Amino acid sequence: MNLLAMDAEQPAANIPPPAGAAAPGAPRRPVVMSVRGLRAGYAAGAQALQGVDLEIRERTVTAIIGPSGCGKSTLIRCLNRMHEVIPGAWCEGDVRLGGRDVLQLDPVVLRREVGMVFQRPNPFPTMSVFQNVASGLVLNGERDRAKIAERVEESLRRAALWDEVKDKLDKPGTGLSGGQQQRLCIARALAVEPRVLLMDEPCSALDPLATARIEELLLQIKDQLTIVIVTHNMQQAARVSEYTVFMLMGELVEYGETQAIFTQPSDKRTEDYITGRFG
Amino acid sequence: MSGHPARRKRTNALMLGLTALCALLSASALFAILGYIAWKGASAVSWAFLTRLPVPVGETGGGIANSVLGSLEVVGLAALIGVPVGVLGGVYLAEYGRGRLAFWVRYAADVLNGVPSIVVGLFAYALIVLPMKRFSALSGSVALSVIMVPVVLRSTEDFLRLVPGTIREAALALGVPRWKVTLRVVLPSASRGILTGALLAVSRVAGETAPLIFTAFGNTFWGRGLLEPVATLPLTIYNYAISPYDDWHRQAWAAALVLMLFVLAVNLAARLWLRPRAAN
Repeated sequence: MNLLAMDAEQPAANIPPPAGAAAPGAPRRPVVMSVRGLRAGYAAGAQALQGVDLEIRERTVTAIIGPSGCGKSTLIRCLNRMHEVIPGAWCEGDVRLGGRDVLQLDPVVLRREVGMVFQRPNPFPTMSVFQNVASGLVLNGERDRAKIAERVEESLRRAALWDEVKDKLDKPGTGLSGGQQQRLCIARALAVEPRVLLMDEPCSALDPLATARIEELLLQIKDQLTIVIVTHNMQQAARVSEYTVFMLMGELVEYGETQAIFTQPSDKRTEDYITGRFG
Repeated sequence: MSGHPARRKRTNALMLGLTALCALLSASALFAILGYIAWKGASAVSWAFLTRLPVPVGETGGGIANSVLGSLEVVGLAALIGVPVGVLGGVYLAEYGRGRLAFWVRYAADVLNGVPSIVVGLFAYALIVLPMKRFSALSGSVALSVIMVPVVLRSTEDFLRLVPGTIREAALALGVPRWKVTLRVVLPSASRGILTGALLAVSRVAGETAPLIFTAFGNTFWGRGLLEPVATLPLTIYNYAISPYDDWHRQAWAAALVLMLFVLAVNLAARLWLRPRAAN
């Protein structure tokens, strides 16, 4: 009954708005992650984030754009605390995942809910295609083989890779092409069923065709989970995201609906960046 | 300088020839040693030589079975002690070691690697032989394991460092605890290299003589357990070679050939193992 009530409140949940055109006036999705006054840096004293405030809405794609070194990667790496893996890295502020304090959570638990896809495809070299996708489950103690096989197939389908690899599940994951490897990594991240998927320039090492396939699959999976994607490619941001964040020198300059950011940026610096005057 | 192309080309050809010659020289040392030992020793190697005990001077026949078995025993036990310590220490250095402790461990390992093997033998003598008041296979193994540890430690560390950091990040980002990332993702990725390092360490200590002189000591009969003196190939070669008997000299060459072939086989196995395999 509650489910029905929720559906009634959010008709948009079933009919996602076209990418890049979050319908103005459409009801906003609930916030899944919120960031308040986030500051972060590295050992050498360089501060990479100068107090960032941000809200990430459930089952949307949020793109983070900005010139190199502006803190995009640092920001998303704080969201699943991969930032602190770097020796000497620090971060402070308030980051919440569905009300829970991210900085107090066990990072192991947090990362199962907030997955990540990296810049370069990084399948595990000792594992087959199947084992790569299953790794998150297996390494976290899942033993039910039927369940694992089911989840692997489902994840590969969601990552639009199943048809290409279904006959070579036993082959090494590193034997796939670059674009396939990246989709394999997406499947691997999806297999642990995260609520949020962080993507750190997932297409920067791929050719345009492989990039197009990834963008296509993002549009397919975004009604099932929340995606935050860092990108250097503004066309990509415009194509795949509902919300766009523009960052500059560790500060969040502007945050809003993608269409608004790209057509009527309210900040001069955003406009300059988008129109290619710098960056 | 640019005015003499002919001279420049001549110099180039000369130096290139010189580097090739030196490369050949270093490789040919191996074949010279192998060939000479085979020439001197092959005639004495036989099944009986490998399976019989030594006989007193003057009697014909006799073999080195006790030395072969003794070497396997001493080196095997040394590997059982040295490889786990080296591998685990290498894991610490590569995966967790930062700061002063790691620096000193690494430095100590490098210095230990350069300690003369006879000194290591004396160390084992003082540590085990003196308190127990007896030479023993165990003390020989401990001496050899002390030589193995730094080799295995540094090779393990090096091969673990070759595993890209992105692999660790990928596993951590799946919510896998750090220890499991090391054990199930990083170590398997480096396993072949680590095993190769261990095998190379084995082949290195299999030929060590000095550390065994006053630890394993030698024996003309079968060794009687880990707490008794035991014959090993390098010791037997040494004893036979300094003896005045022609028959023993012949046997020393033959034993040297056996030892060389063993070391070569272990080395080859290690290399073949490390060779990247074609994707299944």
